[in-house]
Amino acid sequence: MAKELVEFRNLETHFKTSAGTVKAVNDVSFSIREGETLCVVGESGCGKSVTAMSLMQLIESPPGKIVGGEIMFEGKDLLKLSKKDMSRLRGNDIAMIFQEPMSSLNPVFTIGKQIAEPLLHHLGMTHKEAKARVIELITMVGIPRPEKIYDSYPHELSGGMRQRIMIAIALSCNPKLLIADEPTTALDVTIQAQILDLMRDIKSKLNTSIMMITHDLGVVAEMADFVVVMYAGKVIEEAPVLELFKNPQHPYTQGLLKAKPIINQRKERLYSIPGQVPNPVNLGDSCHFHDRCEFCMEICKVKTPPLRAHADGHKTACWLYEEEGKSNERNVGSVGTTAE
Amino acid sequence: MSETSVQSEQQRNSGSGSLQPLVQVENLKKYFPIMGGVFQRKVGDVKAVDGVSFTINKGESFGLVGESGCGKSTIGRTLLRLNDKTEGSVHFEGKDLHALSKSELRHMRTKMQIVFQDPFSSLNPRIKVGEAIGEALLDHGLVSRKDLKDRVIETMKICGLADYHYDRFPHEFSGGQRQRIGIARALIMDPEFIVADEPVSALDVSIQAQIINLMSDLQREKQLTYLFISHDLSVVEHLCNRVGVMYLGTMMEMAPTDELFSNPLHPYTKALMSAIPVPDPTLKRERIVLQGDIPSPANPPSGCKFHTRCPMASDICKEQVPEYRNMGNEHFVACHFA
Repeated sequence: MAKELVEFRNLETHFKTSAGTVKAVNDVSFSIREGETLCVVGESGCGKSVTAMSLMQLIESPPGKIVGGEIMFEGKDLLKLSKKDMSRLRGNDIAMIFQEPMSSLNPVFTIGKQIAEPLLHHLGMTHKEAKARVIELITMVGIPRPEKIYDSYPHELSGGMRQRIMIAIALSCNPKLLIADEPTTALDVTIQAQILDLMRDIKSKLNTSIMMITHDLGVVAEMADFVVVMYAGKVIEEAPVLELFKNPQHPYTQGLLKAKPIINQRKERLYSIPGQVPNPVNLGDSCHFHDRCEFCMEICKVKTPPLRAHADGHKTACWLYEEEGKSNERNVGSVGTTAE
Repeated sequence: MSETSVQSEQQRNSGSGSLQPLVQVENLKKYFPIMGGVFQRKVGDVKAVDGVSFTINKGESFGLVGESGCGKSTIGRTLLRLNDKTEGSVHFEGKDLHALSKSELRHMRTKMQIVFQDPFSSLNPRIKVGEAIGEALLDHGLVSRKDLKDRVIETMKICGLADYHYDRFPHEFSGGQRQRIGIARALIMDPEFIVADEPVSALDVSIQAQIINLMSDLQREKQLTYLFISHDLSVVEHLCNRVGVMYLGTMMEMAPTDELFSNPLHPYTKALMSAIPVPDPTLKRERIVLQGDIPSPANPPSGCKFHTRCPMASDICKEQVPEYRNMGNEHFVACHFA
């Protein structure tokens, strides 16, 4: 197995609100290995973006604060770095692309200028060198006529082109880790297919690690080597992609897989998870999924299940798989999504 | 699987068995003017909908799919006369909707309702949810003030809301619940026809399934007719009897759902289907990746509008608009090579 590039250790990011403390990231641990694509999947409010923002240290404070844990990047704890060291790392070793390509580009600067900025800033290139590299980057992300695009403004480009530009900016300094926060959610499917192709291409060429945040299990199946499933601020399951889809263990993961309509597999009725995501304010000790879970037991309501490995590389946080919940185990098989 | 597909087959046949047209759209065109120059004169048109014809039968759900800017939402709005048309006609129960007088139209409106995509911006934040749901009923004088609350609560329960939600404000609800409110608002009028414009696109997967199931239950119980607009082919496949695929204001292909998904004829439909990521990591598919972006509807390509991105395009596609023709099995397609 490849070397670990990033390791989250018991990360805690909390937000203070007038209603109480929101534990947006609550004791999260997982690692990203070199050259691997890791997908973090979950519904809105599960803490997947906050985890990425904590890694970049872009959490707005107040109201947010990283209150505990460590984020190891190549053996160094990012949370202990000075502001200056962190900003040297950001955009250089770790780069990020966002969901909304329009609002993440500055409308008053040309595309060329925006791609060149990290080159001048981080790599100390001259303007001439930077321009040559920018043209090269624009070509690499598959946009024709790079010289013309160099002098264009963001509003002159379509959504897919803007996302390509964002990728070019992110790749400009050859980052070791690329964080992509819902990079294709705002795009049409045919454009999404182009962008996913491009990202796969880049990964195989540059061997960059990718941390991809998404809510779309289809995108996960297509892109991921390893998957982390989050719910209400916690990692509830993690596994290599083939294992997760073949043998999902947590009832939430099983539900998610069953709830998605799949093309050419029409069902009479979609499975739906009842209820909704709990209010994140002041969540106590319990499995946060317990009130939506069809296998809920007494222990689920009072005690948080630990995230433990039950198969090779496959971890689950669910009482059904623990000693304390063994009495209910008989039912587990019946929720499997894959036909035996 | 086979058992359920047989069931759905029966259900779908019973849905379209009577084949009584409810909505007939003929050669509908909707152009939006582009203003420009010093005097803000009209300098061109955005051809949002450019000559589309289809029929929706009673009890059927008709799906319209396409990417952003293809005109699917404009069709939905023009169908309800929320927009005026530029050309063509829309008949509802045999009456030309765009020729009705104001009062006739107002009367007709109770039979046609719409559910919007964004449950956050389509509710007034200062109006209690119960009042918002009952508003139209009262306005049309279809209920006395005394009975209003009972009717509203009854509808709320059908849509999976509780009676204590009546006095709450929209900000107290989650996205899925707000979409239920949107559906309750449409449903309380006891309509025959509902236009659902991307009703589940803004929702999370687990909530999306709840709303899709609610909509198909309601259709069965109340014999509703849907025009279901979506960019998501898998949702449309699940919910609709017939599907139309649009591109740049033109209908490219239209067929019964099973026929369309098992035998897509238009290269655009094929590309659209192959572009959807399938949640199965073991699947290796030959993907058709379309090059380039969707052209501007203000200046659409000549001939077949899809020729600039089509992997099969040849000279004839640049010059001649392909005829929209029936290939049998109610399968219509506009392509020179189909």
